[in-house]
Order: sequence, then C-alpha cells, then structure tokens
Amino acid sequence: MATTETNAPKLNAHKYQEPQPIQPARPNGRWSGYRHLLWARILELKREPEVVFWVFIFPLLLAAGLGIAFRDKPADITSVVVIDGPGAQKTLAMLEYPNKNSSAHSPVRATVLDRDAALKAFHFGKFDLAIESNPDGSYTYYYDPARPESVLSRAEIDAALQSAAGRKDALSTFAQSSSEPGSRYIDFLIPGLLGMNLMNSGMWGVGFALVEMRQRKLLKRFVATPMRRSDFLLALTSSRLVLMVIEVGLLLGFGVLVFHMRVQGSILSIILLATLGAVAFGGVGLLTACRAQKIETVSGLINLVMMPMWIFSGVFFSYDRFPAIAHPFIKALPLTALNDALRATILEGATLGSQSGRLLVLAVWGGVSFVLALRWFRWT
Amino acid sequence: MGSPIECTNLRKTYDGKVEAVRGLSLRIEAAECFGLLGPNGAGKTTTIEILEGLLAPTSGEVRIFGHTWADNPRQLREWLGISLQETRLSEKLTVRETIELFASFYREPCSIAGILEELQLTEKADAWVGKLSGGQKQRLAVATALVGNPRILFLDEPTTGLDPQSRRQLWDIVRVFQKKGGTILLTTHYMDEAERLCDRLAIVDHGQIIAEGTPSDLIDRLGGHHVVEFQVSKNGNTDNDNLDNDNLDNDDLDRWRSLPSVESVRREDSTVCLSVREPHLTIPALLDAVTNHGHQLEHLSTRQASLEDVFVQLTGRHLRED
Repeated sequence: MATTETNAPKLNAHKYQEPQPIQPARPNGRWSGYRHLLWARILELKREPEVVFWVFIFPLLLAAGLGIAFRDKPADITSVVVIDGPGAQKTLAMLEYPNKNSSAHSPVRATVLDRDAALKAFHFGKFDLAIESNPDGSYTYYYDPARPESVLSRAEIDAALQSAAGRKDALSTFAQSSSEPGSRYIDFLIPGLLGMNLMNSGMWGVGFALVEMRQRKLLKRFVATPMRRSDFLLALTSSRLVLMVIEVGLLLGFGVLVFHMRVQGSILSIILLATLGAVAFGGVGLLTACRAQKIETVSGLINLVMMPMWIFSGVFFSYDRFPAIAHPFIKALPLTALNDALRATILEGATLGSQSGRLLVLAVWGGVSFVLALRWFRWT
Repeated sequence: MGSPIECTNLRKTYDGKVEAVRGLSLRIEAAECFGLLGPNGAGKTTTIEILEGLLAPTSGEVRIFGHTWADNPRQLREWLGISLQETRLSEKLTVRETIELFASFYREPCSIAGILEELQLTEKADAWVGKLSGGQKQRLAVATALVGNPRILFLDEPTTGLDPQSRRQLWDIVRVFQKKGGTILLTTHYMDEAERLCDRLAIVDHGQIIAEGTPSDLIDRLGGHHVVEFQVSKNGNTDNDNLDNDNLDNDDLDRWRSLPSVESVRREDSTVCLSVREPHLTIPALLDAVTNHGHQLEHLSTRQASLEDVFVQLTGRHLRED
C-alpha cells in the first residue's frame, strides 16, 4: 500500500507535465548488435552455474577419474611369494641380487609364507608367482598361464635366480624404459575428452540454447527488431569459441600439470583445430535445433545425434576395436575426425597440413549443417 | 507517406483448415491509439503479428507508412516497437543489460538512462530480470519496444495478469508515447483498458471486425447509454427454475421491450438487462409493470453502458468467457 501512495504523484505528473523528449544516444554502428548479443550470451553463461560445471569442471573430473583409474602401475612391481622352508631365506637373498646391479629386471617384492597360505594367496591373485625351493636345490614355480603378469613373473624370477646363481648372459643387452608420457592411457584420453567436450558444448550450447530461446519466444522478439539474423547466429556460435579457448586451456593444462602430459604440436594448431571443431559442432547443433519447438524434443535429438559418436569416435577407447569394415563410416563422423586430428597434433606434433582429410570432414559437416539449418530455420 | 498502419482483407488460415483471420481491414491514423478488443481466440494476436511482419498472411495486404513488408523489412523494423504476448526475456541479464541489448539493434536508439527513467525502472536497473515483479517485467518488455525510438508501438495484451497499479502505470507510458506523436496498436480483452486508453477500437470476433469506432460511438450504437438490470419473482418464486421459462421468455422480453425509452432487452440467467436511453422514464414504468403482473422485484440496479454490453449485444457472449 505504501508503494501505491509514493508512486501516485509520479503517475499523475505524467499527465500534467509536458513529457521530456528522450535524448537520442549516439547512433549504433554495423556490429553493435553482434557485440551486444555476444556479450549478453557470455554474461548469461557466466551466470549459469550449471554451464561452468558441465563445460569446465566436469571434463576435468572425468579426466582425473579415468586418468587415476587407468594409470600405469608404478614400474610393474613383480609380487611373488616364497614358500617357507629351509631354502627360503637363500631364495630371498638371490632375488635381492639383480636389483642391485641391473636395471633390466623389474623390482621384485617377495614375501615369505607357509605353504598353504602362500598357495591360497597365489590362487586369489594376490601374488603373481609362488616359488618353492626343493631340498635338492631345484625350484618349483607355481604360475597361472592365463594371467599375463604371472607368465611374465615366472620369466623374470627365473632369469633373476639363474643370474644370481652365476649364469652369465651370452649377449650383453641394454633396456630402455619406454613408459614415457605420450603413450599412456591418459595421453590417449585427454585429446578424446577435448573432442567430446567440444561436441557436447557445441550441441548443447548452440542447439539447446536456441530451442530454449524459441520456446521462450525470445527468438521471435529478436526478429521483431531490426537485428540481423546472421549476427544472432554468429554471436551464439562465437560465444562457444570464447568458452572453447578456456576449455581447451583448462583440459590441456590439467593434463600437463597433473599427468605430466607432453604437448607436441603447436598451441596455434590446437586452437585452430578446436575452433574448427567447435564451429562444425555448432553447425550440427544448429541443424539439430532448427525446427524443434520444445526442449524435450531437442534433448532427444541431441542425444540421438551424439550417441553414435560417443561410442564409435574413439573418445575412451580406440575405434580400431570395431571391425575394419566399419572404419570408413567411423572416420566420416565429425568427432572421429576431430579426435584423430587432436591426437595427431597433441601427441605426435603433426601439422594441420598433413591432416587435410580430417579437416575436410569437419568443414563439410559444419558447412553443410549450417546451410541446411539456415534454410530450415524457424524463428517463431 | 501513407498512414502508419493499413491492411486490407487480411486472411490467415492455419494448416489449410483453421481460419484465424477472415477478411480483416483496418486503417490506423498517426498519433492514434487503436485497440483490437475481443475475447481469447478471436484472432487478435494473429492479426497483430501479421501487421508486425512476424506472420505472413494467407492473403491480403499490409502497409506500414505505405511500405509493404516485402519492400524494406529492416527499415520497417526500425519504425516499430513491439511487445509480444508473454516473451520471457533472459532471466540472468540485468534490466540495463537487456535494454542495452535491444538498443544495440537499432540505428538511433534512445538513451538507456532516459528509458529507465521514463519506465520507472531506474531503481531496478541492475537487478536480474528473473527477480522482477510481473508489472516490472511488463514495463521492461515495453522498454525494449520503446528503446529503438519507434514511430509505432505494438502492444499485445500489455496488461494481462497485472495488478491495477501496474496497469495504470502502463497506461501512462502509452499516453506519454502518444503525446509525442507515436501511434499505438494494442490488443486487449479488458473493456476498461480499451475505453480509457483507445481513441478508436475494433471489436474482433471469429477473425472479423464486428464493430469499429470510438468507444463512445460504439456505446451509442447500443442505443442506450444506461443499463437497467433487474430480477423478478412470480408468485413469490424467484424466476430461475427453468420449467416453463422458455414459453414465458419471449412474452416477458416483449413486455419489457415495450417499456418507455428501452432500446434493447436481453436476458442473462435470471437477470433481465435493458439498454435504456433515459432511466428516469423507464424505471417508474418498470415498477408499475412488475406490480400489475403480480410479480415481485427481487433486485434492481442501473449503470452506465460499457463496451462489454456492446460486445454482448453483438455476439451474445461475454468478452471474458473462456
């Protein structure tokens, strides 16, 4: 009630007072609409906590989780059990021997247990190998041929014991450790996550956002102004590019800092590639959303479009696991092209020029989608 | 330059079946506030969206200042300020950011501070749109329409769902725009809004204009400026059991119509409504007639005729019936 009273004089003032003409501000230039649309979109994204989580935090969590789960075991420790008996201590001493003077063998962790406990623990997979020294000075190995680490362990332990017993190698060999950054699962994973993230944010950020605005009749309100329609679509797409640079930086930075990943290719190539990817998926997102009137409809469509690429395009595992006959189709998917190109650039330092096929696939997907989307686009 | 808005013989058919607009012609003069009044589903929104160039008519022609939408849509858009029915602006932008965004689309927009002041949104300039009240949201919607310095303002149901104070605030904004020489086309299903705000009105029903003129013209056309409403009971029973009403109805209505100064009669449930030129002649005669027929008067009231009465007379329905 109080507001009624305070506002009433103002209202009446309008009636009796000659209205003040509103001063025109300075005229707007060609790109004023685009700049404001872009800025408004970025502000909206920034103020949407879900966006920050799904675009920035979630990929990092995924990378961290998978990177830890599939990390390489530290230097493949061979874990063996020595069955307690008269020769057990001697055996232990012999196993110590190669560790001191050779890098050829993996470190061995040996435990002494009585016979029953040792064999039981071995059968449960706690140890890779059980060793029993026989009274005649010979050894019996208990190993499981179905377990690769057990087979490996048998060979390693045998070599260790033989050389400790004085066997001389007929050849001198040198081994170079190759568990270097660049060939680990996390190295495979991060470029794949980058590609998937570009796809996700392109599809949801462009496609979903569009339908949401259409449903809110905001698109219709915009086209009721002199706004250039191309400016609007351009702003929507380029707002993704701003996010993309941050996404790529975060994910790569995370890989480098936490998993000591090595980025071989140039940052410029990676950014150009990510830009092409973001624009291509922006186009696909636009096409997916060009007619849909409801959020529910477009959510289904987006999932339908993305599902095959999650599975086939080599995000989490190589598409080489699929039959060779399917490879041409898989390689024609935009996410496959993007992932392959990102891996080649980041991990192998390949130049963009050497990957024209993949770039072409991306460009065609993006370009054709854009053209079709614009033709079929529904503003109201 | 032609009149701000002119359309001839507009038709809009959806899916080849539903005829939302059926041959509608209008001419709105400069600095006029013109209202399309009609019930929900009458075709008001379809009509206004065709005029705004947001929908293509199935047939018919629209001219804005003499130009068609095909001529130079961008120039026409510069001249138009539009507030759609239920647009949900981005909730996480502030009022100022929203107005700035819309201003950026026009070649020569108003100053943002001026618009905020005029629409009494200065205090809320830095509040998120999602936090505004219904009235403030609606003022913001009108602000986005006014920020481009338009010559014509289109308002589709601008005050639906607003509280009385917010409605009056919006009416004031419309009047200020009109005083500056702006032309307004609004749709509404509120009679009071149409009567107070509009210079001229078209009453729309089933996609057609069924009456057009100034509010007082339209009321004049009813014949009487006053409405007398009453209920009678026969032999002590209120006349609303329907057993033999139908037989009596026509006789009754004829009897009431023959009273002095009565222009027309209609019945709503148990109430009889007379459109009357001079109530002081009608009412004594009415009282006599009731007594002579052995009826009892249960209720009697008189009021000024409104557009609602015009609408009911023209269509037999109320505006707000859903």
